[in-house]
Amino acid sequence: MADSTYPIPGSVEATPRRWSQAAVLEWLNSWVITVDHKKLGILYMVYAIFFLLVAGGEAIAIRIQLIQPHMHFISPQVFNRLFTMHGTTMVFLVGMTYIFGFANYLIPLMIGARDMAFPRLNAFSFWMTFFGGILLYYSFIGGGGLFGAGNAPDTMWWAYAPLTERAFSPGNAPDYWALSLIITGFGTIGASVNVIATAFCMRCRGMTLMRLPIFVWVNVTASGLALITITPLTAAQIMLLIDRYLGGHFFDTQAGGSAVIWAHFFWIFGHPEVYVLVLPAFAIASEVIPVFSRKAIFGYPAVVAASVGIAFVSLGVWAHHMFTIGMTSVGNSFFVLSTMLVGIPTSIKIFNWLATMWGGKIRFATPMLFATAFVIQFLLAGLTGIMLSVAPWDWQLHNSYFVIAHFHYVLVGAIVFCIFAGIYYWYPKVTGRVMSEKLGKLHFWLFVIGFHVTFDIMHIPGLLGMPRSIYTYEANRGWGTLNMIVSIGGLIQGIAVLIFAVNLIWSYFKGKPAGNDPWDAWTLEWSTPSPPPAYNFATDPVATSRRPLWDIKHPDDPDWKYE
Amino acid sequence: MSTVAVAHAEAEQPWVQPSKGRVAMFCLIIAESAIFTIFVVAYVYNIGKSLYGPTPGQVLEIPFFNSVCLLSSSLTIWLSEHAIERGRIKAFALWWGLTFALGAIFLVGTGLEWYKLIYHDGLTISTNLFGTTFYSLVGLHASHVILGLNALLIVLIFTLTGHVRQEHAERIQVLALYWHFVDAVWIVVFTVVYIIGR
Amino acid sequence: MLAKCLRYVSVTAKCWCWVLALFVWHTAFAEGPQPTPSILDPASTPAHEIYNLSLFVLTITGTIFVTVGGVLAFVVFRFRQRDDDDLTEPAQIYGSNQVELAWTVIPILIVVVLFLTTARMIFAIQDAPPPKTALDVTVVGHQFWWEFNYPKLGIRAVNELHVPVSSAGTPIPTYLKLLSADVIHSFWVPQLSGKIDLIPNNVNGLWIEPLHTGMYVGQCAQFCGVQHAKMLLRVYVDTPEQFAAWVKNQQKVAASDESVAAGRHVFETQACMNCHTIQGTAATGRFGPDLTHLMSRDTLASGAMDNTKENLREWIRHPDTFKEGVLMPAMQLDDQQLDQVTAYLATLK
Repeated sequence: MADSTYPIPGSVEATPRRWSQAAVLEWLNSWVITVDHKKLGILYMVYAIFFLLVAGGEAIAIRIQLIQPHMHFISPQVFNRLFTMHGTTMVFLVGMTYIFGFANYLIPLMIGARDMAFPRLNAFSFWMTFFGGILLYYSFIGGGGLFGAGNAPDTMWWAYAPLTERAFSPGNAPDYWALSLIITGFGTIGASVNVIATAFCMRCRGMTLMRLPIFVWVNVTASGLALITITPLTAAQIMLLIDRYLGGHFFDTQAGGSAVIWAHFFWIFGHPEVYVLVLPAFAIASEVIPVFSRKAIFGYPAVVAASVGIAFVSLGVWAHHMFTIGMTSVGNSFFVLSTMLVGIPTSIKIFNWLATMWGGKIRFATPMLFATAFVIQFLLAGLTGIMLSVAPWDWQLHNSYFVIAHFHYVLVGAIVFCIFAGIYYWYPKVTGRVMSEKLGKLHFWLFVIGFHVTFDIMHIPGLLGMPRSIYTYEANRGWGTLNMIVSIGGLIQGIAVLIFAVNLIWSYFKGKPAGNDPWDAWTLEWSTPSPPPAYNFATDPVATSRRPLWDIKHPDDPDWKYE
Repeated sequence: MSTVAVAHAEAEQPWVQPSKGRVAMFCLIIAESAIFTIFVVAYVYNIGKSLYGPTPGQVLEIPFFNSVCLLSSSLTIWLSEHAIERGRIKAFALWWGLTFALGAIFLVGTGLEWYKLIYHDGLTISTNLFGTTFYSLVGLHASHVILGLNALLIVLIFTLTGHVRQEHAERIQVLALYWHFVDAVWIVVFTVVYIIGR
Repeated sequence: MLAKCLRYVSVTAKCWCWVLALFVWHTAFAEGPQPTPSILDPASTPAHEIYNLSLFVLTITGTIFVTVGGVLAFVVFRFRQRDDDDLTEPAQIYGSNQVELAWTVIPILIVVVLFLTTARMIFAIQDAPPPKTALDVTVVGHQFWWEFNYPKLGIRAVNELHVPVSSAGTPIPTYLKLLSADVIHSFWVPQLSGKIDLIPNNVNGLWIEPLHTGMYVGQCAQFCGVQHAKMLLRVYVDTPEQFAAWVKNQQKVAASDESVAAGRHVFETQACMNCHTIQGTAATGRFGPDLTHLMSRDTLASGAMDNTKENLREWIRHPDTFKEGVLMPAMQLDDQQLDQVTAYLATLK
């Protein structure tokens, strides 16, 4: 697919493959030293998928331990490490990396730029994230070695004080947790700065801010939110390390310190963080749904405003994770209101997606299957979120399996589904080949069935009083059968993800050649060859509307007449 | 299909976008403001909560001289920006060097203050809540001063060896933005620690 | 494509019927032989109020789900690309201000209704003033057991809380003051009330008003360390007579039986008294549970096992058998010492 009019050396297809050792080493080196946004985007995605499989394996181990009461599959110490690492990995090493994988690869292509604003910062950010993750996983072999699961963090992914203080966690587990996340935090800040600077400063001629693809807008919003929200976590972790190593007293209740303030600081980070994770999923859906419905996104200004609104409101809802910590009734009521309010811009987006599909000609290729499932699942997740925002009901549901079901509905049902949609959608652009539709549909149906078996049922033990973070449970509480069903669904999802991994690899070698624009889409990235050459665009494009390629394909009815 | 050549009537007007250096520094400042906010909140929350040990009123002396130095360095850096915009490299070097000196004086002053607190007043980071929150907040600020001074020094060396020219004015302004931020944070820290907290 | 859609719908429908059946089975038979701590089976005033509120919220959210989900199902069916499609693009509609306004205003109204209902209940439950007939209990959370102090009655219970039943004629709610000796815990007995955290250096409050006698289970609901999973909780709601009898027993000091003097000697010399209290003896340790009325409890080690002599002996010999990682060390007693000390503890009724 090399650009035949401008044979520039260095474009991906130009050199024939020769598997000599020198060539292989040179190829590996090119990945290590690269500052090209496309390569870094791929590195982020490979990293994310790798850790998705690792953390998924941790989840399978957890579900086997819980499949029946009083199982002895793993010890309590190992179980506690597994669920802490599962959560930490999924949020920081999968969630934060998929965001920048998609953003780095696609934003310059969508805005007609040659690369991100700061290519070297881009590389720096990736490698900081990479090494932070390595440090986190080193904890399994540091200290007590693999069998006793070493010093892997074991205090839940929110690491509440004072359990994490030296008195109650004498090993190094909280230290690995804090240090590795401080390091990945630097990576996140760098990548967020890069995304914002690129979107504001590197747009091609004609691409005003109100012509940016929704994908870019929403990623900019997520990055801006990340800037504000990651550093509170860094601050809290620095305070924890000061307590643990320098004898500080931030969370030392014996010296007058406060355990509650850790919870406040953590959730001031933690709640906006989940919006940082989910907004890029909305970004992907907002590109996939219009293309496969054959219609422009309904209400572009409203969708942009709603996304930015979500980011702002989400900064004021954090204590809905703390309804049981003993705030005053006024405090509780405030957070009930703010949490319910954040549901409004979110529901506006759902309605806009539905309106986009309404009156269209929907093609249910694999990306659209995942995007459609995403819409209904995200709706349900939002509704269980509203249930949890009702503080008195939350006094029952907090820290139960109902909450786990709710947030997995968002994280898996919304985010992972959109990640799959995005990968199926853009894989042809990245590799030049379309993924297998047969395997894709098999992956989809297995995964959606497994997802619902697990996470629909999982709400019930929560309603029946089962708390979270427990390595086993009593046989006479009526939770055994339900847990077994949940675990089986987890295994089904695992099989589906393996099929996906097979599809990724098979399609690279045997997939149908894609051409520039296999989906008949309308944003600028589809005007380049697949995969794009290193320089992206031979001549700087000019954007004439929100859908530049629609204007070319429909010169009699271009978008700019209606904007 | 080769890359699409999309030309249109809009090609005549100049296409202006914000400077990426400024946008990036602005974003960094937002992130840094968030971290300082959390440490300030921790400090304010813990005022009066120490169960024992020296209190702020007993041991803190208002660092007037240090603060004046640091805040003046904002003025000198502004003057140096002014100079380089007009291509007056020597004047630039002078004001820039002065900025560095004033920042260094601030840092030395902070060090002396800490020496007194640790060795004469017995206040360390592990003494009590006041010690923990004081050293971490003031220390966080001081670490940002050190980072700033590093950057200032590198630019100073480049200037004295003749590598800095008028065309670098914008980059200098981006760096100066960081320095102004550090000074602004000091105003907040100073107010919280030495005025409200005492 | 139609076949696929129908297949999806039928699979989903089957799954949901299954779910519903399980749901109904569990809630309908929750009071059976299994003490399922279901929040849908309230037995106390605050739990009832929360349950009623939850039904209201569920109705609203359920309606939203059915409506919007129905729209999606319709869209997926009606606007799919047909096999005989002419491949022209459909009409491009870019937006509509009226529609945007409508679906902004309606959610705002729903939020207002939900918020006002919720706020009213928050104030009703949290700020309810205790009547004079209320029973006061101070709960102290430890890793991994519960301490219950009854200040006005002068007694201390461990892991199993006894409270009198309340009725409309004689309301006797129990007001709990919650503290922690180490890390954050959470007190949760779903059938009696929502949960509240026990935070060191902090005092929280909770009230329950049980309306039916019986035994209600719960457990710690905030991860507190390696044995968080087995920090179980039992609340026995007694008739006033049963409660008075229980209090009277708890107020006695430890039984003194000469036949188990050897065991008592083991207890006092093997460092047990550093952690445990037995009232009426020299043992006044506070780190571990009070053992004065150990045999009056149904379970040992905060619900980890039934209270039998065999379990007790094994627990003392090697606590990790039941609760791996628990803070009580194995004291390396030999068989004779174990038999003696078990025999002694078995007399502490």
